[in-house]
Amino acid sequence: MDRLKIATVWLGGCSGCHMSLLDLDEWLFELAKVADVVYGPLVDTKEYPAAVDVCLVEGAVANTEHVELMHQIRQRTRVLVAFGDCAVTGNVTALRNPLGSAAPVLERAYLDPANLRPALPHEPGVVPPLLDRVLPLQEAVPVDFFLPGCPPPADRIKAFLQELLAGKAPHLTGANLRFG
Amino acid sequence: MVLAELIAIKERELAARKPVVITCCLAAGCLSSAGQAVKEALDQAVKTASLDAEVEVRGVGCMRLCCEGPLVFIDPPGTLYQQVKPEDAASLVGTVRGGTTHVARGEPNHPFFARQMSIVLENSGFMDPERIEAYIARDGYLAVRNVLREMTPAEVVSEITRSGLRGRGGAGYPTGLKWSTVAKTSSAKKYVICNADEGDPGAFMDRSVLESDPHRVLEGMIIAAYAVGADQGYIYVRAEYPLAISRLQTAIRQAKQLGLLGSGVFESPFNFNLDIRIGAGAFVCGEETALMASVEGRRGQPRPRPPFPAESGLFGQPTLINNVETFACVPPILRRGAEWFAAIGTERSKGTKVFALAGKVKHTGLIEVPMGMTLREIVQDMGGGVPDGGQIKAVQTGGPSGGCIPAAHLDTPVDYESLGRLGSIMGSGGMIVMDQQDNMVDVARFFMEFCKDESCGKCVPCRAGTVQMHALLCRLLARQATARDLAKLEELCDLVRNTSLCGLGITAPNPVLSTLRFFRQEYLDLLAPEPWKPATPPAPLPGLG
Amino acid sequence: MAAKVFTIDGQEISATEGQSVLEAAHEAGIRIPTLCHLEGVMDVGACRLCLVEIAGSNKLVPACTTQVADGMVVATTSERLQRYRRLLLELLFAERNHVCAVCVSNGHCELQSLAMHLGMDHVSFPYTFPKLEVDLTHRLFGMDHNRCVLCGRCVRVCWYVEGAATKNFSGRGASSRIISDLNQPWGESRTCTACGKCVHACPTGALFEKGTTVGEMQKDRGKLEYIVTAREKKQWIV
Ligand SMILES: Cc1cc2nc3c(=O)[nH]c(=O)nc-3n(C[C@H](O)[C@H](O)[C@H](O)COP(=O)(O)O)c2cc1C
Ligand code: SF4
Ligand code: SF4
Ligand code: SF4
Ligand code: FES
Repeated sequence: MDRLKIATVWLGGCSGCHMSLLDLDEWLFELAKVADVVYGPLVDTKEYPAAVDVCLVEGAVANTEHVELMHQIRQRTRVLVAFGDCAVTGNVTALRNPLGSAAPVLERAYLDPANLRPALPHEPGVVPPLLDRVLPLQEAVPVDFFLPGCPPPADRIKAFLQELLAGKAPHLTGANLRFG
Repeated sequence: MVLAELIAIKERELAARKPVVITCCLAAGCLSSAGQAVKEALDQAVKTASLDAEVEVRGVGCMRLCCEGPLVFIDPPGTLYQQVKPEDAASLVGTVRGGTTHVARGEPNHPFFARQMSIVLENSGFMDPERIEAYIARDGYLAVRNVLREMTPAEVVSEITRSGLRGRGGAGYPTGLKWSTVAKTSSAKKYVICNADEGDPGAFMDRSVLESDPHRVLEGMIIAAYAVGADQGYIYVRAEYPLAISRLQTAIRQAKQLGLLGSGVFESPFNFNLDIRIGAGAFVCGEETALMASVEGRRGQPRPRPPFPAESGLFGQPTLINNVETFACVPPILRRGAEWFAAIGTERSKGTKVFALAGKVKHTGLIEVPMGMTLREIVQDMGGGVPDGGQIKAVQTGGPSGGCIPAAHLDTPVDYESLGRLGSIMGSGGMIVMDQQDNMVDVARFFMEFCKDESCGKCVPCRAGTVQMHALLCRLLARQATARDLAKLEELCDLVRNTSLCGLGITAPNPVLSTLRFFRQEYLDLLAPEPWKPATPPAPLPGLG
Repeated sequence: MAAKVFTIDGQEISATEGQSVLEAAHEAGIRIPTLCHLEGVMDVGACRLCLVEIAGSNKLVPACTTQVADGMVVATTSERLQRYRRLLLELLFAERNHVCAVCVSNGHCELQSLAMHLGMDHVSFPYTFPKLEVDLTHRLFGMDHNRCVLCGRCVRVCWYVEGAATKNFSGRGASSRIISDLNQPWGESRTCTACGKCVHACPTGALFEKGTTVGEMQKDRGKLEYIVTAREKKQWIV
């Protein structure tokens, strides 16, 4: 069998889920025996490749760039995994949603605290505009599996990937299904 | 009060009738189109023409054809005038002496009137609702007297059972069975409640009965109280019906003065007190357990049944709760006999039903028809069909708990079972006609918005599920919903209907389900494609299901 | 009191007359998920998580408010019930703002734990993200409406165990809120005795003791049960 192509993506999240992935320590070597990481913050690929087998998405969909990227990823990926609470529920990234739109968030971040030339960042084509509402992954694209946790502990990630690599539909239960 | 006095009042009243009676509708519909000013102008015109001795101007309850109000009827010769303005008064009064008037005449022989059958509304439009003598003149309170003097409570229950009367509040529960359940409980304290909360949007049947003929409801309740052994009653009316409330207050005061309410009704050992409780206009307070909580002074929220009110109701005591129209059917049943009533209607739905006919029909207003009449007869023949030659698309019955019956099923007889089979309900009597311009998804959204706003918030599926269903319907209408969203909507309908605590939640999905059943294509036409759609569907991992 | 024998998930069990299906099941070691139920106060059947099937009826009934009857055949774990329960939880999570990662009750929350045990791995409805208040006016306690599931447990202990009648509901539908007195800030309530029963009755992190941070708020249900039992059995300390 061909080696599996795995991608990881970091959207609106704190990178904690990726840290937790690195906490897999030596099991990462086991993973490397069967799979290649073809895209993500841990490798230097500019373009999301075609025909990816598994993509772990950390973070919520928070700006227009995320939306476009997710549409592309969904098209090019066989199994899409919402990786960690921000991707699954919006979590901390979505704490701003009750404010109703992006404007009050930007004002709070860039105008209120500034005492020298307050201005909102405006670089079309460089800084992607924020969405008015942060979306959990499944509100943007159909998601195949959910791996909750903030962050998901390394053991939980391992249990999940092991089932996936064995060709089974991962089915987390009990304490492995805890949010937070 | 004894029988002889009752008869004396009736005779005095009949003797006092002047040769000409001009009846002038003072129910809510006509009042909202200056009916009161018309009545006053007519009074004045009679005075000016010095016709006081010959002509009586009488404010009466609903005369049915609300869309043409204010309505005035002059008898003799029996002419109905429509859209009367105060300045028309002089010419109308002039017709009594052979004058002419340009005021538009109605057609009393039009099917809208001719096909009605009046039992509940038999006095409505003829009688001054603020005078107990007027009610007595039309044989009012005769049934109570006969019941108290000549029948045992068990006989009364059996009469109601044999009449086949079913609850007019929506669910159609057999009234006799409910009465006998309460009657059989052995509690020393029992209550009778009249449900006049009428919260369905667009419904005004109960309101018309209360405004046009309040004593009839009182009489029905007194008979019920005697039959089940209650000595205290409450009428729960919504605060939005100030006229109904004031007429009820007047009626109760008059009945007390004549010894028809209070201790020793009709000089018998039977006591019955009646009080009004005013609701603050929450739809859910029409649900019986929420209503009772509200009467007790608590937050109007339903509680799980059993126990049913008949075993443990108001203040924990056995309680009979019926709708306004149900009580209004009781006096004529006891006056004319169960067999008479049971001969009207269909096999399992007896008697008549009052509907508030509205929407895309020429003649809107209040109608009372025998059960079993078809929808087509009602909306085409009586209602006159869609104005300007449009096509009927569907008829909505049962309000937010009901469904839309498509034109193809217009020959369905209006009875509890037939409407139920089509995914709708008889409901309390709202009937809205829709034409080709009406968007069925929008109709479903309208009712869902109503349920969402009126959910009491106690149970999760109704409180949170209606919010989600409403959001999905809005997305559909904005053409942003995908096939996945539609599947979600159907899943929610199933959840909310099967897991909600009370009837509001259980029936909230009905407008969606019935429009999905008969007008699914309208939903499909609104679907947006998935924005992410892959060129070829993603293949599963080897071994992945 | 007469004994009743009935079947639950294929197991024959006996119960005393007047007992609820929930109580009888728990005594027999069968767990039925609950959220609005609280040992010691009356049941209201609001959360609908304890719905069960009764043979011969297609209406689902709440185990907490349904009395056992002789010969009743109850099923508590059908595929349909499990699915409904998961959907109900999803509705609850989508209704308010639950961010377990930063919640005082993280790890000790009944809602979180129900999601875990009923296999709810995500919420398939759009979150509504309402803007809600946090009331920190009370000397000892806080109320975060973002995490309230409107189970009414706080209201019932406040009325029927403490007898203070401070807590109540206001509004209806999605606008329902738990309030103190006539919707005053909690700290200004004249009736609150600061007994803390509502805090410990609350299944989530909505009611908490001030000064607790993420994951530190553990609720002590034992105290409530102790009081209720003492009252019912008249075990007063003299
Ligand atoms: C949400 C809801 C609202 C209701 N509203 C009314 C109402 O406005 N009037 C009414 O008579 N019954 C209403 N009902 C039905 C009552 O609960 C009850 O069944 C009825 O009053 C019984 O009277 P009946 O047997 O004469 O129909 C409502 C039920 C539900 C679930
Ligand atoms: S179904 Fe709706 S109205 Fe009825 S109890 Fe539940 S929340 Fe309240
Ligand atoms: S109350 Fe429970 S479910 Fe809600 S955020 Fe806190 S831990 Fe999570
Ligand atoms: S504050 Fe807590 S106990 Fe009270 S209703 Fe909300 S979740 Fe339930
Ligand atoms: S525990 Fe029974 S409905 Fe909530």
